[in-house]
Amino acid sequence: MSGRQADNVGIVIVSHSAEVARGAAEMVRQMVGPEVRLAWCGGAPGGGLGTSVAAIGAAIDRAWSDAGVAVLFDLGGAGTNSEMAIEMLPDERRARVAICAAPVVEGAIIAAVEASGGAPLAAVRAAAEAWQG
Amino acid sequence: MTLATGAVPLTNPTGLHARPAVKLTKLAKTFAGTVEIALAAEGPWIDARSVVRVMALKAPRGAVLHIRAADPAAVAALAGLAARDFDDGAG
Repeated sequence: MSGRQADNVGIVIVSHSAEVARGAAEMVRQMVGPEVRLAWCGGAPGGGLGTSVAAIGAAIDRAWSDAGVAVLFDLGGAGTNSEMAIEMLPDERRARVAICAAPVVEGAIIAAVEASGGAPLAAVRAAAEAWQG
Repeated sequence: MTLATGAVPLTNPTGLHARPAVKLTKLAKTFAGTVEIALAAEGPWIDARSVVRVMALKAPRGAVLHIRAADPAAVAALAGLAARDFDDGAG
């Protein structure tokens, strides 16, 4: 296990609801621990439900690790906006961000467990996507 | 190669559910070589480092957790964690 956050894949949680995103992040912290960088965002810029490309980009920056960042999101526009936020990253970072096609809460926990053990980005994404409740 | 083996009953209220599964997986990841668990001595054995597989095992309270590993310390560590009810009574 790698104890240093900077060595491990970071996790970004994107939800239409700030409360869902914050709650999912709390579950990851409590269940998995402090070994991974973790950032969340949720809610429309003007309040209410929604997601924001800028907020997702900022969350990717906060969770950044040279090992890469795994992004989990909930519904529809959260995915589109996540893809746009990734498109806007510098070239050298874009290739090190992976979207995980997994339920946001469960996927974030599974991804963080894999990341906490020092798994590479592809393995982190594969584990999250393998989850079947 | 001969693997070290052990077995321990799951006595915590929820068995090997979410939080215990995460703790067991993280601990298993700290050891090199094979670390596997099963609900019966004859298997099927699953990789204890895979939180997806460990959670999918859905081992209930009262089940006996069988452990086998290349490193005997891994067997002792995982059995110890289970014997301590995963350091957390709640599931």
